[in-house]
Amino acid sequence: MAWVWFHRFGSPPHFYRLAGKLVPWFGWPAALLCLGGLIGGLVLAPPDYQQGDGFRIIYVHAPAAWLSLLVYVVMASSAAVGLIWRMTVAHAVAASCAVIGASFTALALATGMLWGRPMWGTYWEWDPRLTSELLLLFLYLGYMGLRNAMDDVGRADRASAVLAIVGVVNVPIIHYSVIWWNSLHQAPSVMKFGRPTMPAAMLVPLLLMLAGFTAYFLALLLMRARGELLRRERQARWMAEALPATASASASATPTGQVKPC
Amino acid sequence: MLKFLAMGGYARYVWPCYALTALVVGLNIRWARASLRAAQAQARRRLASLKAVS
Amino acid sequence: MSAPRVGLAGAAAALIARDLRLALRRAGDTLQPLGFFLVVTTLFPLALDPQLSLLRDIAPAALWVGALLSSLLALDLLFREDAHDGTLEQLALCGLPFQLLLLAKTAVHWLLTGLPLVLIAPLSAIALGAPYRSMPGILAALLLGTVALSLIGAVGAGLTMSVKRNGSLLALLVLPLAVPVLIFGARATALAIAGEPLAAPLYLLAAIAVLAATLAPLALAAAVRIGLE
Repeated sequence: MAWVWFHRFGSPPHFYRLAGKLVPWFGWPAALLCLGGLIGGLVLAPPDYQQGDGFRIIYVHAPAAWLSLLVYVVMASSAAVGLIWRMTVAHAVAASCAVIGASFTALALATGMLWGRPMWGTYWEWDPRLTSELLLLFLYLGYMGLRNAMDDVGRADRASAVLAIVGVVNVPIIHYSVIWWNSLHQAPSVMKFGRPTMPAAMLVPLLLMLAGFTAYFLALLLMRARGELLRRERQARWMAEALPATASASASATPTGQVKPC
Repeated sequence: MLKFLAMGGYARYVWPCYALTALVVGLNIRWARASLRAAQAQARRRLASLKAVS
Repeated sequence: MSAPRVGLAGAAAALIARDLRLALRRAGDTLQPLGFFLVVTTLFPLALDPQLSLLRDIAPAALWVGALLSSLLALDLLFREDAHDGTLEQLALCGLPFQLLLLAKTAVHWLLTGLPLVLIAPLSAIALGAPYRSMPGILAALLLGTVALSLIGAVGAGLTMSVKRNGSLLALLVLPLAVPVLIFGARATALAIAGEPLAAPLYLLAAIAVLAATLAPLALAAAVRIGLE
């Protein structure tokens, strides 16, 4: 039964329509969650006893870092599904992830550097978190570079899928090797807090922001994936119905079965 | 209000972070919309040329 | 296609012999990455104060960055010829496990580029101030590291096979994946030079090499098949 649902969702016309309907259902909750998180984090939460009000950067840094990782995992998993089951929808989803993931990784780096400046005294320290984020950015750039280098979309999908899978296996290895390397050289990490656990007033807005950013990512993903799907689909039949006619009068609503698939 | 904006002295680090975040969030929305619209336009053009041929 | 008449071992042996013969005919090509390694490790002292006591501190970095970069250059040799003349397609179609044949090719590649680097590295190491007693440790680390680098690099080479002028793309793909090798290898080398026990990073390096040997052939087979389409 689950397979029926899986294959239905994987069918391009169904996905196109469903994704279009779902975007606002993720988008508006995202806005609300982030609003709640911002109010809670910027106004209601008390200042940290060690970092003062500077810790409030966490409310944008942590969601950015979270997205940078989540998006990579989604990218690699959907690429794997696309490669193994040859699902165009899955490849479309993977392709949609790249820009989002890369930009939020860059944001995580920028906010991490701005956070580090008052706490460490310099904009950059080879702290394990920042160094891992930097390497993750390189992984995204490599993925995007490989995609761009190949003209044929199908081949680009498959090659970048292999790369994404290899990358996702490496991410934990890279991360732990960086932590290991860092522990030898004792660079300070500011991403921790004065207290061992965060009080609820600090934690709840953080969770709201994380949830809000996740919903926002899903809305973006569904939006982009529809476009990526259109770029990959050769079959005209469902597309002619799904796309409303604009200027060309000849492209008016065509009943099913009349358009020859190319 | 001023105390809020001052962020306990960390204002020049905190607010740029939020500004950058707003920028990245906004740009991504714009890029996603543009990407979808471009793909739809391309698809319409492809369909129209197919109709012209068939 | 009927079942192959030659078994896997026979095919692998023939492949290895063929690759070695071809490489020996073009010995210059295989020696170039070595030359590059020597040049790169020479650059470091030229860019710094050439006192051996100071150079000793950066020796691990110089050796490993040199090894990484020269292995990148050497990757060009791996698939270029065979992709051109159709040999890779034959290997893919011949009915034997493609990943094992590719593993054999990568093994030859390492024999021709990685192993010579390991053998010549002591010269650079000594030039950078490493004491004689550190040689076994340095050799062990480089041995394991170059094996891992050959495997990881091969996956990158397979993915970029069909891309023209893929040098910087290949570097962008391979270098982040090679970071753990760099970290553990350089650490092992630093410990060897300092005369301290280096079992920990060496074991980790070995683990990475084993993991690469197990997983890389699969990724490699997938990547090369895609590249041959």
